[in-house]
This record gives sequence, structure tokens and C-alpha cells, in this order.
Amino acid sequence: MTMFLTIAVIVLIFVVIFQISKASEYVSVLKGEDISRKQNNKINGFLMVAFLVLGMIGVWYCNKLYFGKTLLAVDSASVEGARVDSMLWITLAVTGIVFIITQVLLFWFAYKYQESDKRKVFYFPHDNRLEVLWTIIPAIVLTILVVIGLRNWFLFTGEPPKDAMVVEVTGKQFNWIFRYPGKDGAFGKKYYKNIDDASGNALGVLWDDKLSHDDIVTDKMILVKGRPVKLIIGARDVVHDVGLSHFRMKMDAVPGIPTTLWFTPKYTTKEMKELTKNPDFVYEISCDQMCGNGHYSMKGIIEVVDQEEYDIWLIKQKPQYLVANPDKDPENAKPVAADTAKTATKVVAKL
Amino acid sequence: MSNEAVLHAHSDAAAHDAQGGHHHEHHHHETFISKYVFSQDHKMIAKQFLITGMFWAVLGGLMSVLFRLQLGYPDTTFPWLEDILGKWAKGGHISPEAYYALVTTHGTVLVFFVLTAGLSGTFANFLIPLQIGARDMASPFMNMLSYWFFFAASIVMLSSIFVETGPFSGGWTAYPPLSALGDASPGSKTGMDLWLISMALFVVSQLLAGLNYISTVLNMRTKGMSMTRLPLTVWALFFTAILGVLSFPVLFSGFILLIFDRNFGTSFYLSDIFISGVGALPNEGGSAILYQHLFWFLGHPEVYIILLPAMGMASEILSVNSRKPIFGYMAMVGSMFAIAVLAFLVWAHHMFVTGLNPFLGSVFVLLTLLIAVPSAIKVFNWLTTLWRGNIRFTPGMMFAIGFVSLFISGGLTGIWVGNSALDIHLHDTYFVIAHFHIVMGVASMFGMFAGIYHWFPKMYGRYLNNSMAYIHFWVTLAGAYLIFWPMHYEGLAGMPRRYYDYSIWESFKQFAELNRFISTVAIIVFAVQLLFLFNFFYSVFKGRKVTVQNPWSANTLEWTTPIRPGHGNWAGEIPEVHRWAYDYGKDGKEFIPQTTPVGADESHH
Repeated sequence: MTMFLTIAVIVLIFVVIFQISKASEYVSVLKGEDISRKQNNKINGFLMVAFLVLGMIGVWYCNKLYFGKTLLAVDSASVEGARVDSMLWITLAVTGIVFIITQVLLFWFAYKYQESDKRKVFYFPHDNRLEVLWTIIPAIVLTILVVIGLRNWFLFTGEPPKDAMVVEVTGKQFNWIFRYPGKDGAFGKKYYKNIDDASGNALGVLWDDKLSHDDIVTDKMILVKGRPVKLIIGARDVVHDVGLSHFRMKMDAVPGIPTTLWFTPKYTTKEMKELTKNPDFVYEISCDQMCGNGHYSMKGIIEVVDQEEYDIWLIKQKPQYLVANPDKDPENAKPVAADTAKTATKVVAKL
Repeated sequence: MSNEAVLHAHSDAAAHDAQGGHHHEHHHHETFISKYVFSQDHKMIAKQFLITGMFWAVLGGLMSVLFRLQLGYPDTTFPWLEDILGKWAKGGHISPEAYYALVTTHGTVLVFFVLTAGLSGTFANFLIPLQIGARDMASPFMNMLSYWFFFAASIVMLSSIFVETGPFSGGWTAYPPLSALGDASPGSKTGMDLWLISMALFVVSQLLAGLNYISTVLNMRTKGMSMTRLPLTVWALFFTAILGVLSFPVLFSGFILLIFDRNFGTSFYLSDIFISGVGALPNEGGSAILYQHLFWFLGHPEVYIILLPAMGMASEILSVNSRKPIFGYMAMVGSMFAIAVLAFLVWAHHMFVTGLNPFLGSVFVLLTLLIAVPSAIKVFNWLTTLWRGNIRFTPGMMFAIGFVSLFISGGLTGIWVGNSALDIHLHDTYFVIAHFHIVMGVASMFGMFAGIYHWFPKMYGRYLNNSMAYIHFWVTLAGAYLIFWPMHYEGLAGMPRRYYDYSIWESFKQFAELNRFISTVAIIVFAVQLLFLFNFFYSVFKGRKVTVQNPWSANTLEWTTPIRPGHGNWAGEIPEVHRWAYDYGKDGKEFIPQTTPVGADESHH
């Protein structure tokens, strides 16, 4: 019922607008088209400058309402992200100034030079000095922005510091899988045809590769505050994207082509809860590349902790090799024979 | 005196006069089919493109209203949605499948069918022959084919909406593997086949059209119409056609490879894929990124295919209605040339975060920001054109001014996202949505509206209603800013594009109220476009008749034709051109048409 009412109201508004518009057209023809055109011109000239003023107020008001809800209201959660923020402010200053100058000129000229019988237009077809002026100034300003941008870009995409920890991130419809290299600091080889979700091998790791025996697979990424982390990013099915908005970073996950990304977390999750004054705060990985109908729900969680907490967490993790091959797990089968199982025993023993 | 009589009181005598010569030139008999359906008259083909484009604009706009309902009111049910969408909106709630299909189809049809075919298809066809002084296109038959290929593309695209597995739903860029694998997304089954067929037909249409435009501009200019005397509209449409002819084949090649991957077991784009529930696919060695290169090699020039016609028309309309020459004609042509060249050298700025070689990325940053220079030149030239003019706010002029405003607003954020170190943060967020909707979507729509309002008297021999036009303008301009300006803030919060529901995200759920506001404004703006449509079709049949040959007192050649020109445009000889198109306010004369010979006492500039 409300729907029909809404339609009726809309149709009614249309009819009213149409009738008024038609009537004003008749009036203008009767009154003399020139006179009514000039009247319209005055009205629209005024509206031009009114739009400018209201628009600028709107820009200010919008900022007042929503600035606090953006990431800029809180510090960047990564050391490198702070550079993104400072670059963002510089770019905002430059484009903001240009925006205000050009919009003011546009609407002010429209108002000021509206048709008047008294004015003689100024025949001004070209002026090379002006053209050179507004070729060179933008070129210089843009060069500065390019230089700042590329310096940051090469830092972001360059090699991470030597002490960086490494985490492998794999996207699949519609969740994330994380792998830590374990004690040996190296990942075991994997091949996609080995993927078998049922037997605990979601990544297709080759268990024959001894390097894989201490790899830890998790559904949550734990990072250490102040310690750079290098992500090795891949995808199992379609293109995904590791979106880390709090860290100001992002990288596609492409099947068959590994990508990398590194950054240094600056605040633990706990500290961010205080900074944002939001007790429910979590670092979320959002999938930023359309990946299917569940795209919007493809969430990953990052927890940033301090080193000590991380060590405790790490020790509690059982290598995926043992999860996928329970017969090799010393907890299940004693006595233990294999070398690899011995290392695992040590880990378990520490618990 | 009846109302109708008031409107047309003085029209008949004058109209008869102006059309005097036009009756003899009709030697051949025209049937309904040859005049309105399979017409080879460029003016009729232009109208066909325009009206088909309008059909798609309404459909594409309606789709955006539907998915904005989901974004603005995620918890509300709309039972009528189930009535019209059936299983796609069970319980009055749009399903994710339907949401993504709507988003994808909205993007595809708005970019290709409305802002490419509807914009340059309409105005290149209409204006090129009329403004260069030609009786028709170089090949009227190819021109007709170009429309009908577009029509066929439209039918196929439309039919994909009714497929059981739904239309394609992987985003308008159709990145594989998602678009290649029906098992990864139901929309990538039959819907994607139809999408590809439709797009292939569309590419054929664009190539036929583009080659025609180029050869017409190069070969069929009237006597005296040197390239440097062409109106800027023609220059813009010329560059547009060149961009299309050089880049659409690359897109086509990308589609061919995709068709092979989908249907014939090749691995151009596919490698190392395991689909849950299906298992590992045999494909190895392909590169999903290759498709992105091929796509964006068209995709970026496509942005300028959409923008350049709007720029050209805005330049012309701003000059005519400021009663002042366009400032820096050669700089305008030069900057369009620069944009056309750079358009081919910036495509990878869409791919900064794909794992692209960082050095390659840095080259693309440099070239991308370089485009801001010719864009700045154009903006300042438009501003200087207004300066010390005598501005008439015709509806066309209003939209041209609105175009400049939107082009500035959206162009400036291009400096943000074109810089890779910022893009790494802003990529695929609402910031990007705001950026390209303002600069390419709405700005080009404004260019198109400006063109329609300005040339409607030439197309149909009648005027549009001004009051409705002004309402249309002000609501659309204010609405466009209200919709897209706050989206920058959502983007600065990292809010990703193409999400069906944000309420499960701690980081993005704070904008629920803003989303509702944006959706409400979008519905109002859509309603006002219906007002425009009504104005359009009403005025085609019932509008105030044009009684003077040159209602805007413009210099260009189309206003030397009869009020309702027949096939062939000029009744007698094609006029000769003696000057450029922008002698407004010269030597104290209001305007000097291009056909007026240069007087002995005329000043030089």
C-alpha cells in the first residue's frame, strides 16, 4: 500500500512540475521571450553563486560529520603507513587549494559575467604567456608529488629489513589461510594439486619436504609490535586482495603468481582499542578484489601482540604436518622414531 | 488563442521560409523502414544511438537504485522487490548473487552502452557531418551497421539478465579466473558467455563507427574547412575515434583468449587453481595478470573515449554562450592530443597492487600524473573563456558549467589515486568509486546533457522545456555532489568496493547512516532523470517549435542548414568556410558565422 502511495505522490509531483513548466513557457512566449530569458538568466546567475557558497559550507559540514570516522582520525597502525598519511595530507593541501581556487573562479565568473546589455565581451582568443604559466606550474607541483610518491613507493615495494618475520597468506573463496615457517625459518614446498581440505592440507604442502614439518597453519595472523613482517601472498582459486586498511597497505593475491608486501606494526591490538576508544577494535583483513558472491564476507583477523606474547602463542601451535598426519604425532604414537617427530616432541614438551 | 497556438503563433511562416529549399531535394522515396529503422542518414542514426543509450541509462540507473537500496537499507525488506526480481530477491531482500549481478551490469552498460555508444555514437554521428560540412558519413552503410551491431549487443546483454544462472556478476572488468570459471561463481556460467558475445558485438560496432568517423573528418571537410578551423567538438570526437580504433581490438584479443580459456581448455589466464567442491584444475602456466593488461589497455583509453566528447561539447557550448571565443584553441587541441597519446601509456595505474614490477609501476606513476598537465590547461582555458564574457544560462550552458565543476572535483582526486604510494591505501575503496563516478561518470553525463540540450533544436526542430531543464540541472548537480562527495570519506576509512553488506565489519560499519543518506539522494536524482526523459519525449512531439535557423546565434555550420534538415543536410550547395568557429564578439560584432568571408577591415588576432 505504501508503495502505491509513494508512486502516486511521485506522479503527482511530476504532474505539478510539468504543469508549472508548461505554464511558465506560455507566459514567457506571451511576455516576450527575450524578457523572460533575461529573468531566467538572473535567477540562474544568482543560483550559481548560491551553489558555490552552499557547496563550500557542505564541504565543511561533511568533513565535520565524517572526518572522525575515517582512519586519519587515528594514527596509522604501521610505521610505513605513517608515510602514506603524511603524503596524503600534502596531496590534500595541494589539490585542496586548486579545488577552492578553480571552483570559486568558475561559479564566480558565471555569476559576475552573466548577460548584461551594458557589457561588451572581451575578444580574447589566446595568450601564450598564460598557457605557459598554467602548463609549468602544474608540472612543477606534480613533479614534487611524484618525487614524494616514488620515494615512498620504492620503500614500500623494496626489500624488507633483515629481521623481518615471514608469514604466508593464501586467499580462497571466502576466507584466509596463514602459514608460519616454524623454527627452521623456511616454508615447505607446496603444489596445488596436493590440496586436500579433508585431510588437513588446505595449502597443498608436500609433506616429503622436511622443511614443511614444522610449518604452522592458522586461521588468524599474529604479528609482533615493532617487528617488520613480510607477507608472501597467494591465492587458491581466483584473484583476491589482502586489504590492510589500518596499516595503509594492500596487495593482490593471484593464483599462480606469488606477491609480497611488508610493513611494521606500530600498535598492539590492545593499544589500538584504547587509541580508537573502541573496545571491539580488531585489525581486519578485507578482501579488496571482487572474488565471487561471498566477497563481502571474506574477513581475516590480525592480532598484533608484543614479542613475549607472540613467543607463548607460537609455542602452543602444533605443526600442520602433525595435524595432517596424526600417525606421525608423538602424542598419538609412542615410541617415536622419526627425527622430525623428535623436534616436534621438544616443542610439545615445552608446553 | 489555444495553448498550442500561443506556442506556435509565429512559427509557421518563418519555418516555411527556412525550409523553403528543402522540398526539392527529396528525389528518392523514403519508406518508414528506410527512414526510421534501417536509416543511413547520420542524423537518424545519431537519434537511434541516443534513444538506445537512454534506454540503457534508465536500466543501468535503475539497477544502481536497486543495489543502493541494499546498501542503504540492509535490514529492511521490500516485498515489491520479490515481485519484480523473483528468486533474486526472496523475502524482499536482494540476494548477494543479484547484488553482484546488478553492480556488474550497471558498470558494463553505463560505461559501454551509455557513455560510449550513447555519447560518442550520438554526437559523432550527429555533429561530424553537420559541423565539417558533409552531406553524410564517409560510409553511411557502415554507419548503419555500427548501430545495428550495437543493437544486437544490447539484445544479447539484455537477454543475459533472464538466464537461469543469472547475468555475469564478477565486476565490469571481468577479471579471470573468476570470469573464466563457472564453478567459482554462477554468474560466470551462461551469463558470462552472453556478456562476452555482447561485448564482442559491441567492439565490432565501435570499430565500424570509429573508422567511419576518422575517414569522414579527414576526407570530407567542406571547402575552406582546414583542420585548424574545425570546431573543438569535431577535434574531440576525432581523437575519441582514434582511441577507440586503436584500443578496442586489444580488448577484443583479451576476450578471445578468455573465450578459449572458458570453452577450449587453454591456460592463457589460468594457473594453479583449486576450486572448493570441484578440485584442482589441470591448467598450469597461465597468467591472470595478462588479462588485466589487455583489459586496461582498452580500459584506460576508454575513460578518455568517454570524456573527450564531453570536453569537446563543453568547449563549444561554453564559447557560444559566453559570446566569446574559446580561449587557447590550439592549446585545447594540443592538450587533447596529449591526452590521447598519454591515454595509451597509463593503463597499468589500475594495477599498482597486482604485484606489478615496482619500477614499471613508477614509470606509470610519472606518466599518469603527467596527464594532469593537459587537464589543467583545459580547465584554466575554460575558466578564461568565461572571464569577461556575456553569459547566457541556456540549459546546455548550465550543464557545460556543471561539467567543468565536476571535472575539476573528480580530476583532482586522480592525483591521489594515480600516485602508487597512495593507491596502495586507496585502491578498490569507495575513494576510487567517488573519483571515477565524478570525473568520468557524472561529468560525462553532464557533457552529454549539455549536448542534448544544446543540439535538441537541431535534432528535432523543437525546444526542450526550460523550466524542467533547470530543475533537472540543479537537482542533478547538487545530487551528484551529495552522493559522491561523502564517499571520499568512506574510502579514507578503507571501505572496500563491491561489498554487499558492511554490518559484519568492525572497521566499516560506522557509515550505515551515511549509506542510507546516499541511497536516498540517489533515488531522488534518478527520479529527476525521469523528468528529463519526459521532457525529452514530450518535446520531441509537442515542444515549442524552432522558428529561427540559428537559435543560439552560433558560428558553426550545423546552424546554416534548414531548421529540419533532410538527408543530405544542405538543400543547395554545401557552404564554404572562411574562418574558425569562434569569432564571437570580434570587432564589436556579436558573432560571425564560419561561412562569412573575412572582411577587408577585419582585425587580426
